[in-house]
Amino acid sequence: MRPLLEVENLRVEIPGRRGTLVAVDGISFEIGEGEVLGVVGESGAGKSLTGAAVIGLLDPPCRIAGGEVRFDGRRIDDLPYEQLRRIRGRHIGMVFQDPQTSLNPLYTVGRQLTETILTHGDLSHGAARKRAVELLHEVGIPAAERRIDQYPHEFSGGMRQRVVIALALCANPRLIIADEPTTALDVSIQAQIIALLKRLCRDHGAAVMLVTHDMGVIAETADRVAVMYAGRIVEVGPVAEVVRRAKHPYTIGLMGSIPLVGYDVQTLTQIDGTMPRLDAIPAGCAFNPRCPQAFARCRQQRPELAPVERTDAACWLFRDGGRRHD
Amino acid sequence: MTERQAVAREEVALPLVEVEDLSKIFDVSPPLLNRLLQGQGRALLTAVDHVSFRIPRGTTFSLVGESGCGKSTVARLVVGLHRPSGGRVLFDGCDMAAVTARADTARLRKRLQMIFQDPYASLNPRWRVADIVAEPIRAHRLLEDRQAIAARVGELLQQVGLSPADGTKFPHEFSGGQRQRISIARALASNPEFLVCDEPTSALDVSVQAQILNLMKRLQRELGLTYLFISHDLAVVYHISDFVGVMYLGRLVEWGEARALFRRPRHPYTRMLLDAIPDLEMTGRPRTPVAGEVPSPIAPPSGCHFHPRCPFADERCRRETPRPLATATGEVSCHAVEENRLPPVERAPRPPGTES
Repeated sequence: MRPLLEVENLRVEIPGRRGTLVAVDGISFEIGEGEVLGVVGESGAGKSLTGAAVIGLLDPPCRIAGGEVRFDGRRIDDLPYEQLRRIRGRHIGMVFQDPQTSLNPLYTVGRQLTETILTHGDLSHGAARKRAVELLHEVGIPAAERRIDQYPHEFSGGMRQRVVIALALCANPRLIIADEPTTALDVSIQAQIIALLKRLCRDHGAAVMLVTHDMGVIAETADRVAVMYAGRIVEVGPVAEVVRRAKHPYTIGLMGSIPLVGYDVQTLTQIDGTMPRLDAIPAGCAFNPRCPQAFARCRQQRPELAPVERTDAACWLFRDGGRRHD
Repeated sequence: MTERQAVAREEVALPLVEVEDLSKIFDVSPPLLNRLLQGQGRALLTAVDHVSFRIPRGTTFSLVGESGCGKSTVARLVVGLHRPSGGRVLFDGCDMAAVTARADTARLRKRLQMIFQDPYASLNPRWRVADIVAEPIRAHRLLEDRQAIAARVGELLQQVGLSPADGTKFPHEFSGGQRQRISIARALASNPEFLVCDEPTSALDVSVQAQILNLMKRLQRELGLTYLFISHDLAVVYHISDFVGVMYLGRLVEWGEARALFRRPRHPYTRMLLDAIPDLEMTGRPRTPVAGEVPSPIAPPSGCHFHPRCPFADERCRRETPRPLATATGEVSCHAVEENRLPPVERAPRPPGTES
C-alpha cells in the first residue's frame, strides 16, 4: 500500500546576507494511513521547519530548495498557492504550539469553526453550526452549545488548545500536523490533550505527524519516531525500538539525558557541547565532534540512513564492520 | 573534640531555612475610578496560603505544581523580593523580615542568591560576562583589588564549566545552556549557602538540561549548598530533590522525603500529577483520568481547593479546609487521608529502562 505522505530528499534553505544556510538537509520519510509519526530533536534541529515545509507554510525567506513532498501519491510541494491551500484545508489539519496565536481573538470560536467548515464542505450555515457544536463536544469542551458563542480569551489554555484541535478536525483531514501541541500546557492538561489526540486518530483514522522535543509525549503517542539532529534524520524506527534500543550515539545520549521518575541515578548522561550552528555544521557526520565513538571516517564522510536491526540509523558504526577499517 | 563534633552534628540537623505559616495576598482590584463608577469591589488574590516547610542544610527542597499555584511567589518571598502578608521566613534562625538595619540586610543577602528561569532576560545584554559575574563581588565589597576580582571571576567561570577567556564576551554570544551557567557563576560569586532556583532548566533542551542538572548537583556536593528548587517537571524534581512539596492554588497540600513521596503519594492531587507524567517505559499502565483544570485563584473553591477535581471528595471536603497531618517523612493536608478513605497506592520503582 502506498503511504499517505511521502517526503523525499527534502531540503529547506534560509538565504541570508552572509550566504545560504541549509536548515533541513535532504531528509526522507513517510507516514502511512492512520499512523502517528513522532519527530523529535532539540531546538534548531529543523523539526518545525520540516513540518512547515510539508504543508507549504514556510515563512519567507525560508524556501524549499529541493526534494519532493507527495500527498496521497500526488506531488504537492510545487503546486500554486491556491491549489495547495485547498488541499491543506481539506485534507491536512494543523495544530500549533501556542493556542493564543492560532485563534483570531476578534471572532467567536463558533464563527471561526463554521467559517472553516463552510469553506471546505458544502453544508448550509445551520448544519455547519451544528457540526461545530459536535466538534467542540468531541474534543471535550463542556457546555459546547453555550461556549460556541464565546471569544478565545474566555477559554483557558487547555480549552483553547482543544478548540484549535477542533478547528484542525473541521474538514475531517486525513493527516494532522501537530507542532508541539502540548508544550505550552501544564502536565495534567497535557495528559488530557495527548489522550484526546490518540482517541481522535483512532476514531477518524487520521495520520499524525507529531513534532515535539518531549520524548515522553512521543513514547505515549507515536507508532514510529524520527530523531533529528542539525537538519538531518539520524535515526528512525518503531517507537519502542528507538526508546529502548537506540542505535545512533546521539539518540542514546538523548535518551540517557532524560531524568525519569523512579529511576535513581547520581548523574545524568550528558552530551557535551551544543548542537552546531547552521553556519558551522561540521564535515562528515554532523554529530562527530560530540560523539563519544567518533572515528576517522565520521569526520570525512557523511553517513546516510540505513537499516540497523529494526531501526534505520545514519551512523558509520554500523556500516562495513564499523571502525574495523579505521 | 567530641563536644565540637556534637555541635557540628546539631548544626547539620538544624534547618537552614524555615518557612512558617507564610502567606502572600496580592491586591488585584480594578483601579479606584472603576470601583467608584462601576461599583466593582476590591479583589484579593491569595497567592500563598499558610505555607510551612523546612529545608535542612545541604539538601534540595523542591516545590512542584501547575502554573499559578504560587510556587514562584514562595521563591520570591524566601529571597525577600516580596514582603510576606503573614508568617515569616527564618534563615539560619533569624527572621528575614525583622532584619532592617542596612548592614545586617547586606550580610544576610549575600548568603542567599537566586537563579531565574529565562537566561535570556536575566543577564544584562550590554555588560560583558566578567562584569556580570563580578557584580555581586563589587556590590558586597568582597574583594577590592581589580586583579583579585578578575582572578575570582575566572575561577567562578571555570567552576561552572566555562573558560576564563569567556569573561570578555557578551551574553548574546552564548547559547541558552551557557547563559544559565553564567547565571549560576554570578549566583555563586558571593559565596552563598542557599540558592533559590526558579525553573532553571525549563527553557533548555533536554541534553542541555542534563548538563545544568549535573552541574548543580556537583556544586552542591563540592560547596555544601542548600537549594530551593522550583519546577513543574516532576522527573527533574525526582532527580534533584531530597524533599518535595506539592502546591495547589497557594497551599502546600503535601510534602515529604522525595523518594517516599514519589513511591507512596498520599494526596489525590499528588497522585494525579504523578499519573500525568508521560510514560517513557510504555508499560501501558492504566491512568486515572482527571477532568477539569486549575480554578481561578481569585475565587478558589471552598474547603479543600482540590475538591471539584478530586474523585474522593465528599461533603466535608467541600466545607472544611484540611489541616496538615504528619506522615512518615512530612505532612499531607487531606480529609480523605485522615479518614482513611483512599485506596492505597504503591508505585513500584521502575526497573532501569533503557538498555544500553
